[in-house]
Amino acid sequence: MKAQKKGLTLRKRELVWGLLFISPWLVGIVFFFLLNLVQSAWFSFNDLHIDNIQGGYDLELVGLTHYGYIFKEHVDFVRVLTESMGMMLLNVPLIIFFSLFMAILLNRAFMGRGFVRAIFFLPVIMASPAISQALQDILATVMGGVGSVPPDVAQAHSGFDSQSIAMMLSQFGVPMRIITYIIDSIAMLHGVIRASGVQILIFLAALQAIPPSMYEVSQIEGATGYEAFWKITIPMVSPLILTNVVYTIVDTFATSEVVELARKVSFTSVILESGARGYNFGQGSAMALVASLTACAVLVFVGWIISKFVFYYN
Amino acid sequence: MTNRMKAWMNSPSFDNTVQRWTGKVKDLIVGIVMAIIIIGVCYTILSPIFAILSRAFMTEEDIINPLVFLIPQNFTLNSISLAIKYMDYWNTLARTLLFALTFSALHVFVCSMVGYGFARFKFHGSNVFFALVVVTIVVPVHSIMVPMFLNFSSLNLLNTWFALGLLTITGVGLRSGLYIYIFRQFFRGLPKEIEEAAFIDGAGPFYTYARIMMPNAVPAIVTVLLFSFVWHYNDTFYTTLLMRDTRLLATSLLTLGDNYAQADNITSKLHIQMVVYAGVLLAVTPILTIYMFLQRFFVEGLERSGIVG
Repeated sequence: MKAQKKGLTLRKRELVWGLLFISPWLVGIVFFFLLNLVQSAWFSFNDLHIDNIQGGYDLELVGLTHYGYIFKEHVDFVRVLTESMGMMLLNVPLIIFFSLFMAILLNRAFMGRGFVRAIFFLPVIMASPAISQALQDILATVMGGVGSVPPDVAQAHSGFDSQSIAMMLSQFGVPMRIITYIIDSIAMLHGVIRASGVQILIFLAALQAIPPSMYEVSQIEGATGYEAFWKITIPMVSPLILTNVVYTIVDTFATSEVVELARKVSFTSVILESGARGYNFGQGSAMALVASLTACAVLVFVGWIISKFVFYYN
Repeated sequence: MTNRMKAWMNSPSFDNTVQRWTGKVKDLIVGIVMAIIIIGVCYTILSPIFAILSRAFMTEEDIINPLVFLIPQNFTLNSISLAIKYMDYWNTLARTLLFALTFSALHVFVCSMVGYGFARFKFHGSNVFFALVVVTIVVPVHSIMVPMFLNFSSLNLLNTWFALGLLTITGVGLRSGLYIYIFRQFFRGLPKEIEEAAFIDGAGPFYTYARIMMPNAVPAIVTVLLFSFVWHYNDTFYTTLLMRDTRLLATSLLTLGDNYAQADNITSKLHIQMVVYAGVLLAVTPILTIYMFLQRFFVEGLERSGIVG
């Protein structure tokens, strides 16, 4: 073994060892990722017939039928897709601004800072779909929006529900449109806070990495706090704004409604045209692909725009 | 106004005093605003947790009674014991902990190795491969869920731990790309001299990785271990897709309400919800306990993991 190795040049040895170290991942990326991606694309042009007796499945090429169906005939898909993407575009800037703001607050020294930091990160620890489902019900009573809760529960804790606030505002003569806006933003606030745990920490680390001497110099030169913020803080954290935007988009998409719809369509058994019960795998694949491609397009577009403003210190 | 006062107001000491006091007032106002915001945000995060905590111990009358707020008047363990029964809690908990621990340990082994390969060996195409790692982070797994399901089903691996195990061992499991990225960044940050010394002393690359680099990578290992543990604990995507028959906490929480309603023929929404609240409390308690003790490592791990700069 050793004698063989001696014959290799340094470059070849690096290649061999490098490939050896990443070999598990190479297997995974080829067989469990790229292959699946190609299959997924291929499935979306086919009807899948599962063979219940022998196992396995056979495909029947149907061309663009599934795509035509989900765009033209499906009751929900187009609406859910646009809504999900709209929510994403609305939420991403909110989450970024909020987490940057909170990181700046937390960057100051005050009593109990570590404790507050721990609380801010709590939603990440509890970010299970099952838990957030249950939390949503309880939130409706704690913060507002009565819809999903039995009325007896909702009435019981009227101290914080939005109905009383809405009623009070409307008695003051506030226009309905403004009331809805206030109620909506209260409802959204919690979602934004829950989704910002990781981002706050990333920004916080970025803020702490800024050398204090920069602020000292700018102060001596007569810069105000406002100028220092725009000319030092923002450029220095800008690479992480990009990171956080990418993270937020990926995270929001994974929990979005359109993904849930694609999953439901794929894995809920229905009565197919042939009359037998089965799964709509072709249609589900088409939905998942369209949704993923849209999300990736948003990601690339937003990332491209932001990367123009990113400043790299080193 | 007296002349003395006028003279004092024109003197530099007056300016100093004014400046000092405006500074103090400004600090005070900023402090108050900060406190309001921080306490408000903390309240938003904590209030549902407290609400669930209190409701899990309430009787039905307490929940309906508008006078009862947070502190139950008729303390009861009824919902809790129902939730324990229908989740098969203790077995499920043990299984979940074993599951999360196994897979996060696998992640540490595999992702550190792959990350080391990317960090230290420069060869033709390694950049392209690493770009593919980033692609696996960014492309949603939902786009490949159907073929994944069908392939594992035709391999007869569905509903076993092997399906997700295979994905994890080959570095494409639950957020594996992120961990590979973390390890790669971390290893790149370590001084090269350590390895060169090891090479000169005759250590092979694998020995260097296992015996020299891994002991130095404790912060990255802790970060990956903790995050992987938490995300496996909370996951419902892979577990419902690939191991539907395995009862884990997160998945049994999803079906707890229905199970209870069907088994006991319950139609009252309120009753079902009370049991679900108890279930949520039972599901988050273990992970919150772990978080309470290891909170520092979560927060600091993310800061030192190499994602930032």
